[in-house]
Amino acid sequence: MRSFTFERVTSAQEAAAKAQATPGAKFIAGGTNLLDLMKLEIETPQHLIDVNGLKFDKIEKTEDGGLRIGALVRNTALAADMRVRRDYGVLSRALLAGASGQLRNKATTAGNLLQRTRCPYFYDTNQPCNKRNPGSGCAAIAGYSRQLGVIGVSEACIATNPSDMAVAMRALDAEVEIIDASGRTRKIPIADFYRLPGDTPDVETALSSGELITAVTLPPPLGGTHLYKKVRDRASYAFALVSVAAVMQRDGTGRVAVGGVAPKPWRIEKAEAELRVGAKPFSARLLADAKPTKENAFKVPLVERTVAAVMHEARQK
Amino acid sequence: MKFDTPATPNPIDRLRVVGKPHDRVEGRLKTTGAATYAYEHHSVPSDPAYGYVVGAAIPKGRIKSIDIARAKAAQGVIAVISHENAGPLAKGEFYTQRFLAGPEVDHYHQVAALVVAETFEQARSAASLVRIDYLKSDGSFDLEAQKRTAPVAKQGPYGGPTETAVGDFAGAFAASAVKLDETYTTPDQAHAMMEPHATMAIWEGDKLTCWTSIQQMNWGTRDLAKTLGIPKENVRLISPYIGGGFGGKGTAQSDLVMAALGARAARRPVKLALQRPLMFNNLIHRPATIQRIQIGANLDGKIIAIGHESLSGNLRGGRTEPTTLSTRALYAGANRMTRVRLAVLDLAEGNAMRAPGEAPGMMALEIAMDEMAEKLEMDPVRLRILNDTQVDPEKPERPFSSRRFVECLETGAGQFGWSNRNATPGKVRDGRWFVGMGMAAAIRGAPISKSGARVRLDSGGVVTVETDMTDIGTGSYTIVAQTAAEMMGVSIDKVVAKLGDSTFPETPGSGGQQGAPSVTAGVYAACAKLREAVAQKLGFNSVDLVFADGEVRSGNRAVPLGAAAQSGDIIVEDFMEYGDLAKRFAQQTFGAHFAEVAVDSFTGEIRVRRMLAVCAAGRILNPKTARSQVIGGMTMGIGAALMEEMVVDTRFGFFVNHDLAGYEVPVHADVPHLDVIFIDELDPTMSPLQAKGLGELGLTGVAAAVANAIYNATGVRVREYPVTLDKFLAALPDVT
Ligand SMILES: Cc1cc2nc3c(=O)[nH]c(=O)nc-3n(C[C@H](O)[C@H](O)[C@H](O)COP(=O)(O)OP(=O)(O)OC[C@H]3O[C@@H](n4cnc5c(N)ncnc54)[C@H](O)[C@@H]3O)c2cc1C
Ligand code: SF4
Repeated sequence: MRSFTFERVTSAQEAAAKAQATPGAKFIAGGTNLLDLMKLEIETPQHLIDVNGLKFDKIEKTEDGGLRIGALVRNTALAADMRVRRDYGVLSRALLAGASGQLRNKATTAGNLLQRTRCPYFYDTNQPCNKRNPGSGCAAIAGYSRQLGVIGVSEACIATNPSDMAVAMRALDAEVEIIDASGRTRKIPIADFYRLPGDTPDVETALSSGELITAVTLPPPLGGTHLYKKVRDRASYAFALVSVAAVMQRDGTGRVAVGGVAPKPWRIEKAEAELRVGAKPFSARLLADAKPTKENAFKVPLVERTVAAVMHEARQK
Repeated sequence: MKFDTPATPNPIDRLRVVGKPHDRVEGRLKTTGAATYAYEHHSVPSDPAYGYVVGAAIPKGRIKSIDIARAKAAQGVIAVISHENAGPLAKGEFYTQRFLAGPEVDHYHQVAALVVAETFEQARSAASLVRIDYLKSDGSFDLEAQKRTAPVAKQGPYGGPTETAVGDFAGAFAASAVKLDETYTTPDQAHAMMEPHATMAIWEGDKLTCWTSIQQMNWGTRDLAKTLGIPKENVRLISPYIGGGFGGKGTAQSDLVMAALGARAARRPVKLALQRPLMFNNLIHRPATIQRIQIGANLDGKIIAIGHESLSGNLRGGRTEPTTLSTRALYAGANRMTRVRLAVLDLAEGNAMRAPGEAPGMMALEIAMDEMAEKLEMDPVRLRILNDTQVDPEKPERPFSSRRFVECLETGAGQFGWSNRNATPGKVRDGRWFVGMGMAAAIRGAPISKSGARVRLDSGGVVTVETDMTDIGTGSYTIVAQTAAEMMGVSIDKVVAKLGDSTFPETPGSGGQQGAPSVTAGVYAACAKLREAVAQKLGFNSVDLVFADGEVRSGNRAVPLGAAAQSGDIIVEDFMEYGDLAKRFAQQTFGAHFAEVAVDSFTGEIRVRRMLAVCAAGRILNPKTARSQVIGGMTMGIGAALMEEMVVDTRFGFFVNHDLAGYEVPVHADVPHLDVIFIDELDPTMSPLQAKGLGELGLTGVAAAVANAIYNATGVRVREYPVTLDKFLAALPDVT
């Protein structure tokens, strides 16, 4: 770990301004992802801006009947919130499928959205990795890729976004609220929040330097049956091989986002028209452009089967 | 004391303390955090410096140059050690690896340098300033690629002969009515214990003391002294508590060697804990195997030919993974063959991990038996019973000392409800789950070795026992205390057990499941001597002397035990050594594992629902700690069956998933209710306590029982561990 300077901030705009003005600055919230990366010198910020003092720890109703989740609401608190459990069950379930109780107590909403993509080679600074060290090559594509992406990937990088929360938020069409150094705020739909790797896998989101996430908003309740199914080798405390976040309606329509397969939560609205036909045509459409490796080719049928499981479960409810 | 004839009645048989489910005597210290592990001796000394290891960035080649100037100039840095300034280092006796690279690099993350600084953070930060230029060379990392070329291994000190032959295997196999010939693979596995390897080293003049985490204290002093080129007498190791070892902390490894070198260079005590991501490629592991099993039987199920060939890899000079051990002893059959081959690989060293050889060997053999049962259309339990043998199948003149294998099988089948199993796979459903049952045998050698103890009696009647035995979470403290309490006729709270100090009398330590029988026999010998000393002191000379309830009694005279030490503590020391009983009798432990699993018909996810182990392992010294050992083994077996695998990148030459996020071991949610039944058994050929170890028995066969249950659930046979859903998903029925 490299040495760094550290400060606490009390206003969002101050945080954003400081982050933009200070070279090598990064925000720190729960620290559960950033500190790990710093210990391994994958992230080497020179300056840390602790945002935990900002009052972004509330979940409030929005005017249109949705919910506004403060950037610092801990994953545990968000999953346990009665309104979330009642109206956005898919989010609660996704959160509880992630990490461990201890981590969720620390992890924040914004930090969770911004955790780095998962790939074992990314975590080993001796190995080539375009994301960590642009231009050095991708060790994973022809290597150990069993866990990695099958769609939305590029020749440069096939890492997957590990967040469970984000998959549910994608199914719900959440929006990410942001403030910049000048105090200007904007909202990015979650669908546009993550960037595909292309030639620049080191760029993971649409945020620009200094931008601070202040909240995530959820639309008014969608009704329906909310399910999150996470498939993994061990029963808990593991990243998804494949996960499916679904909000299914009685008439067989629904929204389905898939995790564990792409650099971002994978959802294609047009494919959802096929849901009434079945899991097979839906998945075929969803993964039409899949380019799996030999090791992770199983994820394509696994998506289909997991979607089928979720549809089956929705019908039972 | 020498044990060379089978046990006769003795004070242990009273079973007032021994055989009782006593809580761990050190349990309170551990659960309250008061037990200090190697890195936690904060007060001795007060001013340690901290070490941080730089692992080699290449798997094979040379260090061309190493520039430590920037690191040395960094804040707080006291010393930087590399091959250029470490002085000559020899090899220890147990491991083949070198603990410091340079100029050659033998494997990835071999220690290339150690930075010592005032604080941990300073050492860690300066570690990245050490500039090393490497010259890479080609290495071999692919076991499969050497499948045809790897030679038969030379016999080493462990694992037995690498080739065995009895009768005419080839002929009998060819002539068998029912045959199986299959290949099974097991992956590289990590010990993945909670406590990382850690050491605090202190030099006083030419004397070295290390607080460390090591399973065999006297191997540790031997190997550390040899590596450093100093007399063994100058080294003292202290390991009172160990946060898990599983064989991964057998003797001196890089943490010990580097902490000692660091402390010498810094002229300061040095603390060092290996960082988790380094451990997988730096330390030893259980090597991957490719195993071919051939079984030939008559139509009635009698095995007439059994063959087992196995390949593993290692650093040059490293040992084999002797997977054929169990096959040599488990089933009858007149025509037999085993062969162990060894490839040279430039990966981290393969070495002992819980039930070395036997664990991966049984992972293969016991799937093969399940397949054989199916071919024979015979119940798998019955097939095993039919092929039981009461004599060493390689040497029929040598009987097993005790072998209640059939009883394990029958008891297990009865208790588990085995008769409810549907022998046709893929037929039992519970909602969306396929449900299946599987079983496997368990077998693990029952070694016992010379072991010493020192016992002291004080005037308060307190008995203090000292041995260099370790407690790696197994319960050694407790059974040592129980043995002394039984022998001296006191309650367990009158016994103080002191372990884990290399200045105490030697034991074989924790390994090979010989700790419990060996160390308790040593304590027995020392206590027998203490009883004589007490009798003499108190003027008893009758043979009917009884030590009970804190008193020494004969006829109607009763004297408090402590009275013998009125004029000063009585201290005696003895050891137990052995005659040729182990040659005359085949000494093994046996068991049977039963598992029920559910497989999600949609996703292929596997969840174990319940498991039962039935074990026959001589006298059970403490049913509570013994049960913990077995359920720990079963848990490890679930890991081996379903998830554990160090993935080799054969291009870049290293284990890729080298942290606990990537190397998955079972979590609570993977482990259902586990049951253990111990068969009543005494083995008089072992020791006066008639006990055997069982810490490794509980693991052998488990993974195969789970794999067989998965087959029974799904009808898909997977012969490559771990059994993950990607290996059978395509064969599951369509769900859409
Ligand atoms: C062992 C382990 C297992 C895990 N398993 C799972 C899992 O199964 N599923 C899952 O979803 N996750 C998992 N996680 C990841 C975990 O959810 C994330 O680490 C956590 O959500 C990150 O939140 P944090 O607040 O700690 O973020 P931090 O580590 O504090 O920050 C993460 C990133 O977000 C940035 N950041 C933080 N706050 C803001 C803000 N307000 N505006 C802009 N940028 C900000 C930081 O600069 C940093 O780059 C696991 C983590 C670990 C360590
Ligand atoms: S997949 Fe991406 S993160 Fe992984 S090695 Fe390749 S470039 Fe790096």
